[in-house]
Amino acid sequence: MTAATLASPAPAANTPAPRPWTKKLELVCPAGTPAAMRAAIEAGADSVYCGFADETNARNFPGLNFSPTEMADAIAYAHKRNVKVLVAVNTFPRAGSPGSWHKAIDTIAAAGGDAAIVADIGLLDYACEKHPKLRLHLSVQAAAASADSIRYYVERFGVKRVVLPRVLTVAEIAALNKEIPCETEVFVFGGLCVMAEGRCSLSSYATGCSPNMNGVCSPPSHVAYHQEGGAFSSRLGEFLINKVPAGVPMPYPTLCKGRFTANGETSHIFEDPASLDASLLIPPLAEAGVTALKIEGRQRSRSYTDAVVRALRAAVDAHARGKPIDSRALMSLSEGATTTRGAYQKTWR
Amino acid sequence: MSDDATRPTLTLGTVLFNWPADRLRDFYARIADEAPVERVCVGEAVCSKRLPFYDEVLPDIVERLKASGKTVILSSLMLPTLPRERAMIDGLVATDGVLVEGNDISTFSKLAGKPHAIGPFINVYNEGTLAFLEKQGAVHVALPPEMPLTAMAALAPHAKTATLEAWAFGRAPLAISARCYHARIHGVSKDSCQFVCNQDLDGLPVDTLEGRPFLAVNGVQTLSDAYVNLIGDLRGLCARGIGSFRLSPHTCDMVAVAQAFRDVLDGACDPAEGERRIAALLPQARFANGFVHGKPGHQRIAVAAE
Repeated sequence: MTAATLASPAPAANTPAPRPWTKKLELVCPAGTPAAMRAAIEAGADSVYCGFADETNARNFPGLNFSPTEMADAIAYAHKRNVKVLVAVNTFPRAGSPGSWHKAIDTIAAAGGDAAIVADIGLLDYACEKHPKLRLHLSVQAAAASADSIRYYVERFGVKRVVLPRVLTVAEIAALNKEIPCETEVFVFGGLCVMAEGRCSLSSYATGCSPNMNGVCSPPSHVAYHQEGGAFSSRLGEFLINKVPAGVPMPYPTLCKGRFTANGETSHIFEDPASLDASLLIPPLAEAGVTALKIEGRQRSRSYTDAVVRALRAAVDAHARGKPIDSRALMSLSEGATTTRGAYQKTWR
Repeated sequence: MSDDATRPTLTLGTVLFNWPADRLRDFYARIADEAPVERVCVGEAVCSKRLPFYDEVLPDIVERLKASGKTVILSSLMLPTLPRERAMIDGLVATDGVLVEGNDISTFSKLAGKPHAIGPFINVYNEGTLAFLEKQGAVHVALPPEMPLTAMAALAPHAKTATLEAWAFGRAPLAISARCYHARIHGVSKDSCQFVCNQDLDGLPVDTLEGRPFLAVNGVQTLSDAYVNLIGDLRGLCARGIGSFRLSPHTCDMVAVAQAFRDVLDGACDPAEGERRIAALLPQARFANGFVHGKPGHQRIAVAAE
């Protein structure tokens, strides 16, 4: 149950209670650049999320993200089109120099951003003390996977929405929503972390680049491809992540999607190089009380953003009209053309 | 700030692997009698399904450790989601005469307002978070294993009441998931996992396709292949305000590991000799200290004598 429905007065006896699953879901779309943001808005985003071009956000890749000026312009542009802008400041500030993280929060508040997406406790404390009117969303990087954690963030910092870690089943999300006094946002499409986010230092171990500290995971700067004989191999730092026969498509060597050997068997031990597609789960997710659906992919191209947002806009609208969801449009957009419903189904575990 | 403000201390982390009850009882009995560590963590941090196999022996373990003068820390689960997992914290905070270590933020509403410890699975990277947790009652804070020395040095002056701890020995915990990799590798489902993780008392090795050791799987947890070993870095860490060092249990002789760390901290043994003693205890292991040097965690960086 969302905060909004909790706060609603009890319906009069002669008015049927609204069926919660007919409530329209908010589509939260990636905006890696100002151009991608305009594409997402054009394609039907209800909200966009983005970050500043530095270590303060978890997609700190070259050529991505917004300067403070671009952010202010983007917010004005989006607001004119009735679209919300959610700004991720979701890495963990560096000890001794939290200045750029504080400045990021100040900039969002000054520019009228609709929410800051934050993971670090100290930064949440700063934001709610300095900018009590700034709406706070809890980043997936905070890995708040239980009602107890979420209630704590709501009570201590006034968090209004939590982006749920990709470790919960739909049934668990439904149970969770009954216990918490805030909105939930879940990932519906895109890359899939198999580890609890914000609690993973695999990339740090192999490359020295940390999602938590530097906002990068398995960064391209540490990737090398080699062709030897009839085989094509990919490395991350010093470690061989995958090897395929020449001519077979090589997935990007994200550490947890590599092929390794354990117990005498070679396989994708952690996860196949598939991407998440939960579009067919939109009805049960809505029924589970979810407020918003998030599309991963701030690092993806403008044309990808356009296509994915259009397809999911159609899916959300179809659901709202009680029509079946057509997932074919999304199939061709998936990494390696294979998809998974991830942790939303219990068998994934 | 360390417990007596000058003498750095040692904490034995909780056993992360699926050890049988008999082994745990014998292990902690020997730790109680012989290991020169100030604090001993006990309890299941990784998978709640393992607990029924040994929860009967836990009260005796705790009493035995207390009787030997150790500070006992009860470690909470890293990723509680099921109702029975969430209720586990209630049992921990109801235990007298121990300190509870929160390893997930879900424990905070139960821990706030009384002295408690923060485990290495909670993200404490900066002074803002540290100050907030100290106000809430944290007296001991284990820093994330990936944290570099430069960040620890910047953080330490801000610690008012809490002792800061570094991950100093043992495979580095790198990730936690809802998915059980032990079950996946053995081709069984998580719900009927047959407790296959009990076959790997130090974790199941994961190698690259060219046979290079890389990681170790422990049920829902992923650790490094390399054993973190900061015995050569202790003096630099102490000089920068780290007051405690965590030794994570493995099947090697942990009393001897603790003694080597204690001797180096006390100046009774030089760091190079400490390195040799640790290496002799684990002839097959690879060692690493890259994280504290701000390098890839798997690397081993030679430490210049200070």
